[in-house]
Amino acid sequence: MSAASPVLSVRDLSKTFGAIKAVDGVSFDVRPGEILGLIGPNGSGKSTLFNCILGQLKPDTGHVEVNGRDVSGRRACDLNKLGVGRTFQQLSVFPQMTVLDNIIVAGQEHRGTMLGRLFGAPDAGLAGEADRMIDFFRLTHLRDQMAGSLSYGQQKLVDAAMAFMAGPSLVLLDEPAGGVNLTMLAGLKERLSTYNREHGTTFVVIEHNMEFVMSLCSRIIVLAEGRVIAEGGPEEIRSNQTVIDAYLGG
Amino acid sequence: MRAYLKPALLLVGLAALIVAPLGQGNYVIYLLSSWLIFSIAAMGLNLTLGYAGQISLAQASFMAIGAYSTAILTLAGWPWVVGMLLGVVLCLVVGLLLGFPALRVKGHFLAFVTLAFNSLVFLVSRNEEWLTGGIYGLSGMPRPSVLGFAMTKNLPFYYFTLFVFVVFCGLFYGIVRSPWGRAFKALRENPIRAESLGIDTRRLTLMAFAIGSACGGLAGALVTPLVQYIDPTSFALGHSLRILLMVVVGGAGYFFGPILGAAVVILMPEFLRFTEGYYLMIYAVLVIVLMIYCPSGLIGLGRKLRDLVRRKPVDRGDLKAGAQL
Amino acid sequence: MSEFLQVVLSGLATGSIYALAAIGFTLVWQAAQTVNFAQGEFVMLPAFFVLIALHWLGWPLWAALAFGLVISVLVLGYLFKRLIVQPMLPSTGLPLIIATMALSILLKEGAKQFYGAEAQPYPPLFPQTTMSIGGAIVSMQDILNLVVSLAVVVALTLFLNRTRTGRCIQATAQNPQVAEILGVNTRRMVLYTFLINAALAALASMLISPVYLAKFSNGETLGIVAFIAAIVGGFNQIRGALVGGLLIGVLDNLTATYVTASYRAALPLVLLIIIILWRPQGLLGTSEGRQV
Repeated sequence: MSAASPVLSVRDLSKTFGAIKAVDGVSFDVRPGEILGLIGPNGSGKSTLFNCILGQLKPDTGHVEVNGRDVSGRRACDLNKLGVGRTFQQLSVFPQMTVLDNIIVAGQEHRGTMLGRLFGAPDAGLAGEADRMIDFFRLTHLRDQMAGSLSYGQQKLVDAAMAFMAGPSLVLLDEPAGGVNLTMLAGLKERLSTYNREHGTTFVVIEHNMEFVMSLCSRIIVLAEGRVIAEGGPEEIRSNQTVIDAYLGG
Repeated sequence: MRAYLKPALLLVGLAALIVAPLGQGNYVIYLLSSWLIFSIAAMGLNLTLGYAGQISLAQASFMAIGAYSTAILTLAGWPWVVGMLLGVVLCLVVGLLLGFPALRVKGHFLAFVTLAFNSLVFLVSRNEEWLTGGIYGLSGMPRPSVLGFAMTKNLPFYYFTLFVFVVFCGLFYGIVRSPWGRAFKALRENPIRAESLGIDTRRLTLMAFAIGSACGGLAGALVTPLVQYIDPTSFALGHSLRILLMVVVGGAGYFFGPILGAAVVILMPEFLRFTEGYYLMIYAVLVIVLMIYCPSGLIGLGRKLRDLVRRKPVDRGDLKAGAQL
Repeated sequence: MSEFLQVVLSGLATGSIYALAAIGFTLVWQAAQTVNFAQGEFVMLPAFFVLIALHWLGWPLWAALAFGLVISVLVLGYLFKRLIVQPMLPSTGLPLIIATMALSILLKEGAKQFYGAEAQPYPPLFPQTTMSIGGAIVSMQDILNLVVSLAVVVALTLFLNRTRTGRCIQATAQNPQVAEILGVNTRRMVLYTFLINAALAALASMLISPVYLAKFSNGETLGIVAFIAAIVGGFNQIRGALVGGLLIGVLDNLTATYVTASYRAALPLVLLIIIILWRPQGLLGTSEGRQV
């Protein structure tokens, strides 16, 4: 695989619900190491597209490739094994487990065989790595707390840390900024960019918060009515008339 | 200091279990053995229900499978171990099959499927006389002997049961502490998130049923030599509900919960004996009250009280963490 | 042929009584997400209230029946909701299931302690005569049981669909938040549902006890049959529960007569497993409907 080959490649993806074309022939590539933002007004098909990529919805036509492999129809757990991590729009930590266990469970399935994990080390050899991840997201003082007792913003951080634990080549972030207060938001953004810089992990971000997307992403794709209407760097998008019309008109 | 506390407590507990039956009459020894055996069954259900979050009302039917396998084989002259192994393996397989419905339905639907399964096993054990002796059951099963030393007396058999129980607890603790235990909890807490982290939730659900059921099989294999008489009513739906009560009353999802719960369910009637026929009613009322005020069971209640006494400061540290980021 | 008709008719008669219990079960499930594991005991107990009025108070039958109905609605409807379900809401998971299981033990043991373990004869409500329909000999009791149950179901359906209160109850069951916003007193509607359930259970009890006699352990089978009928019917609609009840009644009779009496109880169970796995939404249900 050459350095230029895309991490994620979406080809001619369509999905209809009844008479509504939620996603209508969308194609795009995501290059290694970039942070791609996926934006669009409500009902533009972002979430449907996301769900098609992640195998939660079956697209009518088209296919999705991750690192050159067709992943259409794969189960979520297999997709994860192929190096795709994700976060969820709503809070998705395991509330009755400690932060440390949340982080370890996010990586353990990539260690050894299922049977091996039954008889192997309790931490699956991940304790050190998990601690580093917890330190990276500045959750050290919360390590042994139940994840459910953390504040909303802290849980979002745990959620993000979990997505990275298996060392994925691609991480899909579903509205990471939703509901997070401003102070936390700056921290989250800084941590995500740092992670991207240090590990070269590719991100795809769906987000409503324009400021967040504009400052985090290196490239942005704008969807409206199920189609890609614009693509480019943050500055280009900001001044693109079609985009402005779509938001104001939509 | 605290690091020594847990092993020390465990040793004290074990010593208590060793000393408990000394000088006691047969009935008390019988009760203690029965407590250990039901603890095993309840711990198995706790794995399925408390750790992995899959409700099952069929644990007694797995005890039936274990008990009948052991009874039939030991009556035919095979050693207990062979009967026990056959029972456990059978339960593992049948439990795995019973797990398949759990892949399709959850919650109360699953409760009904497993409940129906329990009733079916009951019907089969009642009607297939050639195999199970029908309503008359099977009797006269010999007790096992270890190294030529027969456990015919109640006290040695208690220690035999205790030995099996301790070994079982060790194995069970191993499972719960292993990555599997963590994955089971993840499955309970948020199956969709678990799946997205590479956890094969389908396989794990099946495993939760298989392992939990196998524990029921082991318990059944111990019941046979304990009571030396089994019939279909010993494993009817009511007993599954009793085992479920043990798990929930003790505290689902806690290692020691079912052991405590089994003690309460088995020994409480003895303490309430003076109330004669009313004990089940009193018991039912206590369960209802417990469920209303502390659904996490006695262990949960204990933790609540402990936190109250210690006046633990509020767990969450929003503010300091917020300032940090 | 006439035997077949006879078997089917008496199956329909018992089935219609099962349906009453199943409908109540379904209503309570819809209104409060309460899976009532004591439903069988709810059908067992009212017969004893009637017996108490008859034997201890020496009342005439009609007054005893009225007494049974009122006490049932009070105890199995109001008190059940107020003392057990309400304190546990909004969490309706395992603890509530366990609590209703414990309640079933409480009611069963209560009946046994206060009225004895033997089956008690129970006065028939209808004349013990038979009549001939197309060559089949059917008892008047069966026919009237069927007629009364069906009439009650029709009346209940009309109440739920045609009256303001009925529609409010339905709105509460379908979407409590929206109903609340629209000005429906949802708490009261939930209470009504519990009262209706208790009344249906009492009626089922009065109809079935002349056949089965009043016994503390009657609830065990009745409860399972009510669950099965409710699930076969789709768990969220009256029509479904009715069909489910009738179906179970008829199938049960047919297996007992033509296939095997010893596996009579197995058929509904197998049916239950197949339906849950194959069509969790029930035979008549649609896949919408609330899931936990």
